[in-house]
Amino acid sequence: MKKITSIFLVAILYGCGSSVSPVDQGLIDQVMHIGNGSEPQGLDPHIVTGVPEHHLLITMCEGLTTSNPKGGENLPGMAESWEISEDGKIYIFNIRKDAKWSNGDDFVADDIVWSWMRVLTPSLGSQYPDMLYYVEGAEDFNTGVITDFTKVGVKAIDDKTLEVKLNNPTPFFLGLLSHYSTWPVHKETVLKFGEIDDRQGLWTRPGNFVCNGPMNLKSWELNKKIIVEKNPLYWDADKVKLNQMHFYPVSDINTEERMFRAGQLHLTSTVPSQKCGVWREEGNPNLRIDPYMGTYYYRANVNVKPLDNAKVRKALTYAIDREKLTEKVTQCGQIPAYSFTPPGAAGYNPNTEIPYDPELARQLLAEAGYEKTEDFPVLQILYNTSEDHRKIALTIQQMWQQNLGISVELENMDWKVYLSRQNSMDYQISRAGWIGDYEDPNTFLDIMRTGRGNNRTGWSNQEFDELVGKANATADQEERYRLLGEAEKILIDELPIIPIYTYVRSYQLSPDVKGYSPNYLDHHHPKTLYLERD
Amino acid sequence: MLNVLIRRVLIAIPVLIVVASLTFFFIRLAPGGPFDADKVVSPQVMKNLNAAYNLDAPLYQQYFDYMSGVIVGDFGPSFRYPGRSVSEMIYTGLPITFELAFYALMIAVALGIFSGVLAALKRNTFLDYFPMAIAMLGICVPTFLMGPILVLVFGINLELLPVSGWDTLSGDKLLPSITLGFAYAAYIARLSRGGMLEVLGQDFIRTARAKGLSELSIVTRHAMQGGLLPVVSFMGPAIAGLLGGSFVVETIFQIPGLGRFYVEAAFNRDYTMILGTTIFFSAMIIFFNLLSDLAVLLLNPRARENL
Repeated sequence: MKKITSIFLVAILYGCGSSVSPVDQGLIDQVMHIGNGSEPQGLDPHIVTGVPEHHLLITMCEGLTTSNPKGGENLPGMAESWEISEDGKIYIFNIRKDAKWSNGDDFVADDIVWSWMRVLTPSLGSQYPDMLYYVEGAEDFNTGVITDFTKVGVKAIDDKTLEVKLNNPTPFFLGLLSHYSTWPVHKETVLKFGEIDDRQGLWTRPGNFVCNGPMNLKSWELNKKIIVEKNPLYWDADKVKLNQMHFYPVSDINTEERMFRAGQLHLTSTVPSQKCGVWREEGNPNLRIDPYMGTYYYRANVNVKPLDNAKVRKALTYAIDREKLTEKVTQCGQIPAYSFTPPGAAGYNPNTEIPYDPELARQLLAEAGYEKTEDFPVLQILYNTSEDHRKIALTIQQMWQQNLGISVELENMDWKVYLSRQNSMDYQISRAGWIGDYEDPNTFLDIMRTGRGNNRTGWSNQEFDELVGKANATADQEERYRLLGEAEKILIDELPIIPIYTYVRSYQLSPDVKGYSPNYLDHHHPKTLYLERD
Repeated sequence: MLNVLIRRVLIAIPVLIVVASLTFFFIRLAPGGPFDADKVVSPQVMKNLNAAYNLDAPLYQQYFDYMSGVIVGDFGPSFRYPGRSVSEMIYTGLPITFELAFYALMIAVALGIFSGVLAALKRNTFLDYFPMAIAMLGICVPTFLMGPILVLVFGINLELLPVSGWDTLSGDKLLPSITLGFAYAAYIARLSRGGMLEVLGQDFIRTARAKGLSELSIVTRHAMQGGLLPVVSFMGPAIAGLLGGSFVVETIFQIPGLGRFYVEAAFNRDYTMILGTTIFFSAMIIFFNLLSDLAVLLLNPRARENL
């Protein structure tokens, strides 16, 4: 026994050899430790999708423009300036003279042309080609209607000048360019490890990876850690203060929280929702709650009875007390939603209202022919497995039962089953969330147009389609927002979607981290970040 | 002995083929595919993706393509992680899962046998009740509770050990190994107590005592050889369980082992990854069961007689 005890003690003492936590050490070395949700699918900006991937790619690659860490208009990236033609359809980008790839190669306009050709090559199977569909001929090339890429509206005039022709004036086009699917990849490196459409190429591995961002890939240990380090060849390298960033794929929220408490992380990807309310009350100084461009809502399948009736959908919507729900149930600073597009993003404020009025709701239900609530069929709410979704569904179930006297059942499904049922329209009411890809109302309203893959409600409204279409062909931003506002009003009058709350991004941030400014898209450029203790 | 070995290996092959085939068809029955995502992609993109992974071929064709790959050791590309092959991911995760299982097993065996034998020798005294009560606790308290408790005490309150990681900070392997090992230590303690009690009451022990051998020599040289047989036969399933069941501990402690891939693959409908890990774990279970059966044969003359 003694022997075992002493081995154990020695082991523990050995374990305590270094008592400086990574956060303390980071202060000295300018190394930031970040909890990054799940293991990234990969690092090829044209193939991956998802938030953890974005957090990594924004450190290593750069598009023509970069998102503004303080929100608002995009900032110059690889392009130092640009001119837009009067009709808003032709963009001339002037590429930086000192722009370089991390291997020292010159960054030229043709790199963008080749990269966009890659994203749009059908056999690559990119999941975000539609980000470039605003470019002339891009959709036709991606869907195989044309096979000659020179017909697509992107052309290198010379090494440092790029011309892009759009189908319509697209005021948010510059915003799209800060999405990783539009970013350049290094042609020679990609081709060295495979064809243009190779999904299995090894060019993203440490040692092979070449890109043009402020950091460069140093190591990648699967499911353990990805380290990026400062890229001295980056055009704005003088501004980059961090030496390294370590990204940990911590899929368990509680583990992440413990790591933060033990000084192993500067930044967490989220917070355990059950702790958020308590922390807000106690005033946890590390808790941050930022606005986020996302809406939590319920889809209504308008193809099935009784949800085919707009009055029924209205009754359901008006019978939800959003303020109570966000205050008592979600508890993490979520904002009750009265429109589909989150208000305030890109200066767009939808002028819509959704009252909480059980009386009116009952009246609407009666008008829809359900005077006796016994006649109303049992309604089912579909959601994917998550304690948070369950709590919200339970609350709404109760509100509908109390305020309308109808019966509601909950259906909890595994993520993929939930997706598959939603895609095949095999549901009545389904939980949903939508996060904006760029800072413009179009990223929300566009998905509700007829036939859009993400509509998934069966709803179609010609007037709505026309208004959104017209808005996107308008160069005048004020007029455009007016048209989009009209479209939003139709949506909130018809209610194929039932808005519940506007997301917030909640996370823990060490007070050592400076230059981390909240923004709607949650994009944080590493060149603004540094570590310093007050 | 050699006969047993050959027979068992020959049986293992059809077992593995059946496991692989059933898994192949069952995962296709589950609703949702590998490329279903919250943001729906256009039908054209979906077609491109299916083509890129041979999912547009008829199912029987996919089955034969897959199986002929497996025979030459190619488990195909992961659907979830473009650019990674399943073999590569198993190869990366396996040594870590093995290492964790090894440490856990060491802890389980040392702690389990020691307290089990002690309890049997000091039957119905405090030294019996106390370790057995702890063992009962170890069997009852699941690792997902044990892990966070140890982390809270040793990682956060006492600040002695890192709360997560593997080979990242010094001492980070201790807590996960203890967490995983403790549950198995409990089983082993109970098994070795039972086994020892049975043997200690037998004639040859009385003979040994009558010869005047020291108590230490009786226990270690005579009693333990037979008394620990239940523990030896438990080793096979235990090792298989440690390898396959490390998922919870790997998640709690952020360990990049194979267990996490296995479970996440199922959620992601990463067909090739599910298949690869299932086939691999099945082979492991068969192998370690065979090993522990062989060990029992070597240690137990009576079992050899029945061959």
